[in-house]
Amino acid sequence: MSSRTRPRRALRTEHTPQAAAADADRREKHPLVWLETNTCHGNILSLLNSQNPDFGVLLRELLDLYWSNTLMGAKGFKSIDVLEKVMVERAGEYILVVEGTVPTAAGGRYAYVGLRGNGEPWTVTDAVVELAAAAKHVVAVGSCAAWGLPFGAHPNPTGSKPVSAVVNQPVINVPGCPAHPDWIIGTLAHLVWYGIPELDAENRPVVFYGETIHNLCQRRHYFESGIFAREIGEPWCLYKIGCKGPVTYADCPSRQWSGEHLNWPVGANTPCIGCTSPEFLERTAPFFEHLPDVHLPGVRVRPNQVGLATGVATALGIGLHLAGSLLTGRLQKEWKKGLGKTGSKFRLKRK
Amino acid sequence: MTTDKNAGTRIVINPTTRTMGASQVEVRVKAGRVVDARCGATVFRGFELILRDRDPRDAAYITQRICGICPTAHATAASFAVEDLAGIRPPHNGNLLRNLIFAGDLLQNHIRHFYLFTVPDYVRVPEIRPLTPPSTTDCRLPRAENQRLIDNYFQSIDVSRKAYEIDALLGGKAPHPHGILPGGGSVPVTAITVLNLLSIVKTIYRFIEERMLPDVYTLAEHYPEYFEIGARGVDFLNFGLFPVDPEASAHHFPGAAMIGGRKEAVDSGEISEHLRYTHFEGAPVEHPSRGDTRPNPDKPGGYSWAKAPRYRGRALEGGPLAQLWTCGDYRRGVSVLDRLIARVLLSREVAGLMRKWLTALKPGRPVFSHFQVPKSGVGVGLTGAMRGPLGHWLEVEGGRIKHYQIITPTAWNFSPHDDQGGPGPVEEALIGTPVADPNEPVEIGRVLHSFDPCMSCVAHVIVVDRPVPDRVIVF
Repeated sequence: MSSRTRPRRALRTEHTPQAAAADADRREKHPLVWLETNTCHGNILSLLNSQNPDFGVLLRELLDLYWSNTLMGAKGFKSIDVLEKVMVERAGEYILVVEGTVPTAAGGRYAYVGLRGNGEPWTVTDAVVELAAAAKHVVAVGSCAAWGLPFGAHPNPTGSKPVSAVVNQPVINVPGCPAHPDWIIGTLAHLVWYGIPELDAENRPVVFYGETIHNLCQRRHYFESGIFAREIGEPWCLYKIGCKGPVTYADCPSRQWSGEHLNWPVGANTPCIGCTSPEFLERTAPFFEHLPDVHLPGVRVRPNQVGLATGVATALGIGLHLAGSLLTGRLQKEWKKGLGKTGSKFRLKRK
Repeated sequence: MTTDKNAGTRIVINPTTRTMGASQVEVRVKAGRVVDARCGATVFRGFELILRDRDPRDAAYITQRICGICPTAHATAASFAVEDLAGIRPPHNGNLLRNLIFAGDLLQNHIRHFYLFTVPDYVRVPEIRPLTPPSTTDCRLPRAENQRLIDNYFQSIDVSRKAYEIDALLGGKAPHPHGILPGGGSVPVTAITVLNLLSIVKTIYRFIEERMLPDVYTLAEHYPEYFEIGARGVDFLNFGLFPVDPEASAHHFPGAAMIGGRKEAVDSGEISEHLRYTHFEGAPVEHPSRGDTRPNPDKPGGYSWAKAPRYRGRALEGGPLAQLWTCGDYRRGVSVLDRLIARVLLSREVAGLMRKWLTALKPGRPVFSHFQVPKSGVGVGLTGAMRGPLGHWLEVEGGRIKHYQIITPTAWNFSPHDDQGGPGPVEEALIGTPVADPNEPVEIGRVLHSFDPCMSCVAHVIVVDRPVPDRVIVF
């Protein structure tokens, strides 16, 4: 956490004891900029689903949220002024969270932050680069920011890229569509209190993305026993109707959604669609088929040993135990290795 | 500021903030009133292009990704479109489960819209970022009432999360729940689920009744001129919201077009998308089932990335006010406050309906209808949504999506000028709005937010491709 104290002009609207208390709190809080680029805003809404602590407490006690287009009071020039000032006044201190892809087509003209103080339009592409340069940490929240998907899915009309492809420093990826509120606040709290968390090869915090859905799944024993759901709504293993749990890294089965940890997609008898995966949409769709779709024109799905092996195994109805051991053992490692390099042009060193 | 005797003062607000997604509003003010308005969002994504060649069953999940605050509306429209294509219906339980998930999302949306996006336009906010710097200095509430709204602002975060508990329980997660599918729902009906949900709905109903409703009336009491500001004619469009049965023989909020106050049945063949003032190439006026998304930032004469949908050539408004007006539950007027009050009243009605749906669920009965996707054909999915009418048009060939077109509520509300130069609903509502201080045009933000615009949904929008003259007031 930053120890810097900074005399700054107060933008008070009322001088009350409550305001003073809030002021005292603020000195302890960590500056945060939440930049929404080419996004559905599902991640800021997911953050609002945080329960312990809830979002109000986060704002009062942990995070000094300078900018969020969705939530901030100011508009127009006054709001852009906040963003332009934070880059200078809190340079090297703030965490930059980016939610959304970085659209690089048409010179970045597919998404704007707003008009700068000088009246020039500010593309999100320029803003991400500029804000990242002065940030202490850059966090890509959601699969859009982490992997450039799903908006960058074929034919990628906006030339969408992940944050890591456009900035010149390491990016911590917190993927998901959306990311679970715990993944977001857990990563932010770790950064504030202890620094960079342990990351995997794709720069994801290991604590949340260290294991596959399949390995954590409550229905794993049905898979092992060869008891498969044949349609939506059945309470057994959903592998045959499209579950991407075997190739998806996240702790949904144990953490559960949302802030209250109530349920998760497989718990609702629907297949995992691999939304945290770098291959989300491209190789995790069709969602209700158990093989990557190789028929999309223009999408080059590299022949993948695992996809073929599991496909053949299941297509031939080969002993389900065999398929199981294939998936859980050697082949899973291959998948991990085979996962695209979409998200991480620059890598962080593991701690 | 460009001040010119004839043209008046030009004000540009960009970003508008507290809309879902970045947007720009540009108005011309003459003699203290807005005389001309142009609205645009500043994001383009081209979802229809991404959907091409995919499995039609995936559309319900993929289109949710258009919008994080109303994903279930898209899932519902896409499910209707695929069911229309396949000629199937969900079972009784499936219809109710989908209604419940959609309604949970709708309550989340309206509670968050009212407190997080609207209230900061009126109250004195505490010294907590990002509420500060504040939106306005025109704060009229007495101290105690102001504090009550602030307390409820923070409580609304908890309550809106509770609304999403419904979606997590029935759909696995939220936003972007999995429980709305072509064919129905996915979670079996059990007593414990019904009991959990009844308890959650009761908490939300109480919050709406005891907090939200008094709060919106407090705003009305202290800002009465907003019953006049943001006014426009009774020109509404609804698609039916919440089917009463699997056959959708009727809707709890029925579909209808109101043109100049006259009600008529919706004929979706009368919808067209105007392209003249947009950056899209294609026939200037097209029905959405034929409409094509071919972006061209350099198209001469285009000023917006938003297509302009029209119903028989008219710009129609959607949202809670339109939904309540059509079924006769609210008829006071059309203005900023009417829109806000209608949003709260509708939320209360929906929470009430949810209790009925929960008690109508039948344990042990199916929730999902199995079906085969036809190799080719067309399907239309129309539904009411949080912000108004939502339509998905689907064409399948060789078992794959050949053409997908979406018209979102915000495309209706936030639309640019049409081919005849007629303004869209927000633009029209802005015209005549008094602006006391061009340096703090809070009135414009209030009119804009009353529509709850969602730029995520518009998906095709304005690109500020020319520098703004430097003497314009840029807000």
